[in-house]
Amino acid sequence: MIELKFNIEGGDFDSAGTASSETKKKLQQLNVDSKVIKRTVVALYEGEVNIAAHAYRGVVTVKVSDHQILAILKDEGPGIADISRAMMVGFSTASPKVREMGFGAGMGLPNMKKNADDLQIESTPGVGTTVTMSFVF
Amino acid sequence: MVKGVIHHAIQIDEAKCIGCIHCMRVCPTEAVRIREGKAMIIQERCIDCGQCMRACPAKAFYIKQNDLKMLQDYKYRIALFPAVMIGQFPDKISEEQIYRAMIDLGFTHLMEVEQPIRILIDLTKEFLQENQTSKPCISAFCPAVVRLIQIKYPSLIDSIIPIKAPHDLAAHFILQSLMNEGAKKEEIGIFYITPCAAKISAVKSPVGDEPSVVSGIISMSDFYGKVRQAIKWEEAGDTQTQRKNLTREGILWSTSRGESSGFGNRAIAIDGIHSVVKFLDRLEKDEVKGFDFLEMRACDQSCSGGILMTGNRFTTTERLEQRSKKYVTYKEKELPDKLDKSALAQHLVIDEIAPHNAFRLDDDISKAMEKMSKAQRIICFLPGIDCGACGAPNCQALAEDMVQGQAKMSDCIFLQQRWQNEGKIGVEKAFLNLEKKWGEGRFNADCNKRGRRNEGF
Ligand SMILES: Nc1ncnc2c1ncn2[C@@H]1O[C@H](COP(=O)(O)OP(=O)(O)OP(=O)(O)O)[C@@H](O)[C@H]1O
Ligand code: SF4
Ligand SMILES: [Mg+2]
Repeated sequence: MIELKFNIEGGDFDSAGTASSETKKKLQQLNVDSKVIKRTVVALYEGEVNIAAHAYRGVVTVKVSDHQILAILKDEGPGIADISRAMMVGFSTASPKVREMGFGAGMGLPNMKKNADDLQIESTPGVGTTVTMSFVF
Repeated sequence: MVKGVIHHAIQIDEAKCIGCIHCMRVCPTEAVRIREGKAMIIQERCIDCGQCMRACPAKAFYIKQNDLKMLQDYKYRIALFPAVMIGQFPDKISEEQIYRAMIDLGFTHLMEVEQPIRILIDLTKEFLQENQTSKPCISAFCPAVVRLIQIKYPSLIDSIIPIKAPHDLAAHFILQSLMNEGAKKEEIGIFYITPCAAKISAVKSPVGDEPSVVSGIISMSDFYGKVRQAIKWEEAGDTQTQRKNLTREGILWSTSRGESSGFGNRAIAIDGIHSVVKFLDRLEKDEVKGFDFLEMRACDQSCSGGILMTGNRFTTTERLEQRSKKYVTYKEKELPDKLDKSALAQHLVIDEIAPHNAFRLDDDISKAMEKMSKAQRIICFLPGIDCGACGAPNCQALAEDMVQGQAKMSDCIFLQQRWQNEGKIGVEKAFLNLEKKWGEGRFNADCNKRGRRNEGF
């Protein structure tokens, strides 16, 4: 098994994207199917941006085994009070500043769900959120 | 041609290679290594962008080309060249003089490849119209970019517009025109004058299946010299008819924004291979959205900056801009009546662009994972200086080479130093290792070394 770890700081949109870029390189070296790579990096990127946009700090862990990729995005932040609402297309609490940067359309979580084979969200308001996604191949 | 085998135009002259690391540093796909004191290219990773050739202080890179003598074999001798060719010349030399000189060099027909550009524009517009969902669409114009996508961004292959480049169109256009006038195919020799190595590879091993109709390749840099020497200053004859289909858009096509300015509501033009790499990274993650058309060129200032171009890339572009003003837009230019456009369109279809992952550690994922874990452990011992003295572009690449059996721990000069310090290896042995890597006698004082005689890099 291969394990990769990345730290993300809230508000740091410059570095959000590193985890998905580095993961892509590794998956390509492992000769994972390019369609699976595509789905993984798209979902992972949305997850990274969510930590930068909505949380204080977070850790992204990617575990690759023979037949699946597991991505765990764990953050310290405000948490999500109503997860099913957050999952709805178009729902967003993004600040005007975040919107100015081109984010905040409320598309991220739905897009992650679409690209991952499985998506689980656990969140405690006031503490933080853990998003777990898996991609099978 | 064997399927899957890619012809690469860039070659290294070992006699000239001084074994520095300039080429290795700039390669966007980490395809260069220095072994036994000489540069070598990992063929499957090469995209023919020419960065190595540009960076080489010893002019050790060259491209294979054909001899002008080959012209004698044909009755109809066609020079196929991109409009940037004209842009290189100083203003005082007129278009007419350049054309005249080319005829004097032995060609019977001169064909700026962008002449029938209208066909390409119409086909592309049609494609963009019918493929609203697969946006943004990427132009297949620059072969280096297409190769880059094949080896590094295979998930984006479906975004490439499967329509060939102007030189393919022009070759079939002139072939058809001449055969309409009664010429036999074997009497026609088409010579492509290339601004870059990538186009050579594209001509020699096209992305699709159809074999090329080009008979020979001539390097623009050599050809420019020959044309300049053949320029005559007395009153020249009229060569206007040789460029009767040329249009404003055609002249600007291979310069930056040449394509993107005509397509879609939102189009981006990116030039320079490192910018292209960064953009493709973002594209793959869907980080950039909302665009219809992407023009991507490996060279700064697009083909004006081609590796085999002589003129300054900025003045070349400017001359083309001035020149284009004297020509009408393609909308006002009808192509010859007799032309069978649908036959031409057929030749322009790219049937398949195959992915080729050039970065896999192994075909088998379990083995690849083993190798990756091993490389991760090796990395712990390397200093992270990325100096290149091991012959690999950075520490990570050296670790990967090691797990592939292509390099050794002792290739790292710092690690060797540490081993000496710890008494694990003798001084002499360490020095021998270095000489093995960089060539015998490499570290002797040498006053004829490059850089010694007012020729700093
Ligand atoms: N890690 C997180 N911590 C706290 N809240 C989050 C987190 N991720 C998502 N949310 C909440 O869920 C909402 C919806 O998230 P989603 O990613 O779908 O949209 P967005 O981030 O607002 O906009 P977009 O992703 O389209 O730029 C967010 O606006 C935010 O309120
Ligand atoms: S930009 Fe033009 S000259 Fe440069 S590699 Fe691409 S096609 Fe060749
Ligand atoms: Mg989001």
